[in-house]
Amino acid sequence: MLSLHDLHARVGDREILKGLTLEVPAGEVHAIMGPNGAGKSTLSYVLTGRLGYEITAGSAELDGVDLLSLEANERAAKGLFLSFQYPLEIPGVPALTFIRTALNAQRKARGEAEMSAPDFLKRARACAADLKMDFDMLKRPLNVGFSGGEKKRMEILQMALLSPRFMILDETDSGLDIDALRIVSDGVNALRGPDRSMLVITHYQRLLDYIRPDRVHVLADGRIAASGGPELALELERDGYDKYARAA
Amino acid sequence: MNLDEAIRLRDPSRLPSRRDEDWRWTDLRGLLRTIPEPSRPLAAGTAGLGPFDGLTEETLIVANGSGPEEIRIAGGETRTLALRHISRGDGAHSARLRIDVGPSARLTLLESHEGGGAGLSLLGVDLHLGADAACERLVLADMDAEAVAVVELDANLAAGARFSQTLLTAGARRQRFETRVRHPGQGAEVRLDGLYVLRDRRHADLTSKVSHEGPGGRTDQLARGVADDQARAVFQGRITVQEGADGTDARMAHNALILSDRAEVDARPELEIYADDVACAHGATVGALDDEVLFYMRQRGLPEREARSLLVASFLGEVIDRIESPAAAERMRSWLQARIGAEG
Ligand SMILES: Nc1ncnc2c1ncn2[C@@H]1O[C@H](COP(=O)(O)OP(=O)(O)OP(=O)(O)O)[C@@H](O)[C@H]1O
Ligand SMILES: [Mg+2]
Repeated sequence: MLSLHDLHARVGDREILKGLTLEVPAGEVHAIMGPNGAGKSTLSYVLTGRLGYEITAGSAELDGVDLLSLEANERAAKGLFLSFQYPLEIPGVPALTFIRTALNAQRKARGEAEMSAPDFLKRARACAADLKMDFDMLKRPLNVGFSGGEKKRMEILQMALLSPRFMILDETDSGLDIDALRIVSDGVNALRGPDRSMLVITHYQRLLDYIRPDRVHVLADGRIAASGGPELALELERDGYDKYARAA
Repeated sequence: MNLDEAIRLRDPSRLPSRRDEDWRWTDLRGLLRTIPEPSRPLAAGTAGLGPFDGLTEETLIVANGSGPEEIRIAGGETRTLALRHISRGDGAHSARLRIDVGPSARLTLLESHEGGGAGLSLLGVDLHLGADAACERLVLADMDAEAVAVVELDANLAAGARFSQTLLTAGARRQRFETRVRHPGQGAEVRLDGLYVLRDRRHADLTSKVSHEGPGGRTDQLARGVADDQARAVFQGRITVQEGADGTDARMAHNALILSDRAEVDARPELEIYADDVACAHGATVGALDDEVLFYMRQRGLPEREARSLLVASFLGEVIDRIESPAAAERMRSWLQARIGAEG
C-alpha cells in the first residue's frame, strides 16, 4: 500500500532523511521507533506534503500513486491522514464545522456526494461517545484551549470521521493518561481493516501493547536502521538506541 | 482643511492632506489635483435595490448629494430606517444630515454607501441621542473601485444613551469613515466596531474619536480587517477620558490580517486618560495567516483557498456576531461571505 524507496529530504542545506526505504502492505500496522531528532516527524510531514522540504531523491507511493507530486489536500483526499505530534489550534472555527467542511472537501475531490449535516452529526455523536468525549467540546473552536490529551483524542476523532486508508500516528500516546491511552487505542484498533494500513510512531512499547504492530522499524539518522517483529520494540525498550546511533 | 468647502468652492487647496496629522495616511490633496464638477442630480426611481432592502418600512435616499436634511424620532418611538447614500457619475457632491433621537427612543439605522463612480463625495451625519435613547448604526459600504469618499458621523449622547455601530467596507480608491462620539452624559454606552475586506488597490480608513466627559461611561471597540494585493487599511482610534469622567470603562482592539506582501495596514490606537478609576485596555495585532495552521487544515483535505477563506471568515465573523439586529447582521454576513469567497 505505502511504498517508500530511497527517500532523501532536506530542510535548507540540512539533510534529514537519508535514503529511507519502507514498505507497508495493505492491512498492516507498522511501528516506527527511534531517537529524538532521528527524522520521524519529518517523514510524516514529507509524506503529507508540508512545505519547506526539498525531496532530493527517492519516491513515495500510495497504491501506486506518486504522493510527492500531489498537494497536501489532494493526498488527504487519496486517504492519507496524519495525527499530528502537536495538533494545531484553529481559532473561531468550531470542531464540527471544521471536520464536516474537510470531509466534504475530500468527498468532492473524489467525486462523491456531500454528507448531509444530520448524517454527519449522527456519526460525530457516535464517534465522540466511543472516544468518551463530551459532545459539547465539538462545538468549541478546534483545539483552542484544549489540554494536550484532549487534542490527541480530537485527532483520533477526526481520523474516525474522515475514515482514511493510510494513517500516520505521530506520538499519539504522548500526553494521554492511562485510561485515555486505552480508549484512544480502542478507537485506533476499530479503524484497522484489510484495506487500511498504519504507521505508528512512538517512543513507548506500552502503546504497542494496545495497538499490536505487524512490524517494528528503527528509524535512526534519517533511515531505517533495523526492522523486526513486535519483539524488537521490547528489545529497544531494554537496550535503547545506542547500537543504531553509531551504526547509522 | 475643510472637505465640505473644498467641494463647494471647488478649491483643492482646502482638501485634507498628509500635513494634517489626522489625515497623513489618507491624503486627498496629493490624490486630486482638481475638484470634479458638481454632480448632476439623479433621476428619481433609478436607485434600484439597496443591500438592506426589505428589512425596513422606510428608506431615505441621499443621491448625488441631495436628500433629506433632518430626521426626528420622537421620544419613546422605535424605528428602523434605511439610509442609502448613492453616488453616480464622476462628479463631486456633499451632504449633511441631522438625526435626532428623542428620549428613550430606539433607532436602528441601516446605512449603505453605493456606487461612487470616479467622483468625490462627502456625507456628514449629526446624530443626537436624548436621555436613555439607543441607536444601532450598521453601515455597509460597497463602492466603486475609483470612488473617493468620506463619511463622517458626529454622535452626541445624553445621559444613559447607548450608541452601537458596525461599519463594514470593501474600501474604494480612497475612503474614510470618521466617527466622533461625545458622551457628556452619565453612564453613556458605546460600541464602535468596524470591518474591512480590501483587495486590489483599495483603501479604507476607519478613524474614530471618542470623548468621555461624564462619569461611568463605557466604550467597547473591536475593529478587524484583511488587506490583500496592494490594498491599504488605516485604523486610527482615539479614546479620551476627560477630567471628571471617573469610572469610565474603555476597551479598544484592532486586529488585521495582511494577505499579501504588498498590502499595508497602518494602525494608531490611542488612549488618553485624565480621570480616576478608569478601566482601560487596548490591543492591536497585524499578522498573516499562520502557515502551520494552513498546513494542518490542508492535511485534513481542505484546498488552500477554502482553508484561507474559512480562517478569514471566522476571524471577521466575530465582529458580525456583536451586531444586535439579527436580520441586518445576516445581510452583512452574507455580503462578507461573498467577498471572502471571491478572494483569490
Ligand atoms: N525546519 C527545520 N529546520 C532545521 N532543522 C529541522 C527542521 N525541521 C526538523 N529539523 C531537524 O531535523 C531533525 C529531525 O527532526 P524530527 O522532528 O523529524 O525528529 P523526530 O524523530 O520526530 O524527533 P522526536 O522524537 O523528538 O519527535 C532534528 O534534528 C530537527 O532539529
Ligand atoms: Mg517527532
